[in-house]
Amino acid sequence: MHPAPSVILFSTMSGAGFGLLAFLGLGLPVVTGGLAFGYFALAYLLAVGGLIASTFHLGHPERAMKAFKQWRSSWLSREGICAVAALVVMAIYGAGLVFFGTRIGLLGTIGAILSFGTVFTTSMIYTQIKTVPRWNNTTTPAMFLSICIAGGALLAGEVKFAVPLLILAAAAQIGHWLFGDRALAESGTTLATATGLGARGEVRAFEPPHTGTNYLLNEFVYVIGRKHALKLRIIALILMIAVPLALVLLGQSFIFIALAAISHLVGVFTARWLFFAQAEHVVGLYYGKR
Amino acid sequence: MTTLPTSTDRKLGLVIDLDTCVGCHACVISCKGWNTENYGAPLSDQDPYGANPTGTFLNRVHSYEIQPEAAPAQLIHFPKSCLHCEDAPCVTVCPTGASYKRVEDGIVLVNESDCIGCGLCAWACPYGAREMDAEEKVMKKCTLCVDRIYNENLPEEDREPACVRTCPAGARHFGDFADPDSNVSQLTAQRGGMDLMPEMGTKPVNKYLPPRPKDQSLKEEVDILAPFLEPITEAPKGFLGWLDKALDAMPGGPKGGSN
Ligand code: SF4
Ligand code: SF4
Ligand code: SF4
Repeated sequence: MHPAPSVILFSTMSGAGFGLLAFLGLGLPVVTGGLAFGYFALAYLLAVGGLIASTFHLGHPERAMKAFKQWRSSWLSREGICAVAALVVMAIYGAGLVFFGTRIGLLGTIGAILSFGTVFTTSMIYTQIKTVPRWNNTTTPAMFLSICIAGGALLAGEVKFAVPLLILAAAAQIGHWLFGDRALAESGTTLATATGLGARGEVRAFEPPHTGTNYLLNEFVYVIGRKHALKLRIIALILMIAVPLALVLLGQSFIFIALAAISHLVGVFTARWLFFAQAEHVVGLYYGKR
Repeated sequence: MTTLPTSTDRKLGLVIDLDTCVGCHACVISCKGWNTENYGAPLSDQDPYGANPTGTFLNRVHSYEIQPEAAPAQLIHFPKSCLHCEDAPCVTVCPTGASYKRVEDGIVLVNESDCIGCGLCAWACPYGAREMDAEEKVMKKCTLCVDRIYNENLPEEDREPACVRTCPAGARHFGDFADPDSNVSQLTAQRGGMDLMPEMGTKPVNKYLPPRPKDQSLKEEVDILAPFLEPITEAPKGFLGWLDKALDAMPGGPKGGSN
């Protein structure tokens, strides 16, 4: 799949932003006044910034409002609704903390659930896509949610949660990679089933339908960088997990946490780039590619 | 509504005959032509006369080689357009309701003025039947020529999809799969019409007719009269034999110096 920077930026930033919002909603930590303003500003910057980035990949962003309509069937629609609901609830909750110094616990809990819900619905957009076996399994939401929670804990400065959650996130990410590497083969979809000609002999793509490229090949058959996948996986794990862990264990002052969070986000960005670049869409089979 | 209808009154679609298709791409061109001049946004081309021309097509023809275990290889031309799936994943993922499946005839369409160009429906389609137009930034797909098949301004014989109408080999057939007596239902039954990627659970309406088995006689004698002919001398004799040896010994021949 084509790794569109806008979509990768969205999933990285929003994941962390909604993770932080969820921790703030749960009162981890309980902050008020100016400090609360700082925390909420960061969370909204990430969450809303990510959402805005995601509209850049739309052909017609001016029609984005239409995307809230089909929540009955569409995970993308559900994500939009969940995100707006989370942002509204958390804004009221945040206003209570910043301006009145009061914490409305129930509102915070609802906001936290909606924030996790937003990341879950994002992950389901990919998980539901049967045509990409690497995504079409439970390791996808597990990976998205565990990284969101770990990132949230880190940004919230809740080190005692961040340490085990980062380790959990690493496990979920590695699980997603290992499972994903076998997913296409195990899906049973091959050029033989794609053409229905498999029973007759070995099927080989002889001539593509066109001499140049097309939308399908650009969007779904992205092969550049796959050969560096292992190196990038190691880099992603170091930046996303190892460096932040080392930093927060070294010291828990603002500067350590900030550096850990930045490293984490760069690591997540790398892992999400791979999430797309390594994903094989079955339509590639029609072109004799994967 | 992007929830799918539980059933449709009719199931219009195509039968594509892989035995008959000669790979001439006439359907590709007629489809592009009709759908550029009619329904919805035109199918644009980018850099059409330049070094890297690309463009939007609703129908493309692949070619595959099959190598059976003990028979000569076969070349199969493979036209592919939207299969108007009964369980169309492209419809349910659409956040806006732009993509929908019609209750009356099962045709899967895009309402282009509602499409935000998110591309998710093209992700969901296993067959590569949807292409985002690079000019209009909306999703394009086969309409089953909905603006021909019901069009009373066209002469009767033209009220079928452009690709079907134009195919010189008669490899594409249009009809109603909900009617067991229709031409397409009959063809599917007689020739073992099949689904593409059945494991994807899309339940395609369009069916593909497998190529008929080729004569296997190539393995034996090509001509039944051949055994009655005089066997041809294997090695030349006399003057021809001498010439053969002499030529072989010359530089460039099998026994001669290297060339
Ligand atoms: S072939 Fe693709 S675009 Fe057409 S109905 Fe099926 S899934 Fe949708
Ligand atoms: S590209 Fe258009 S038709 Fe396809 S899912 Fe998005 S809004 Fe719906
Ligand atoms: S039915 Fe019409 S739109 Fe569909 S492939 Fe044929 S010519 Fe193109």
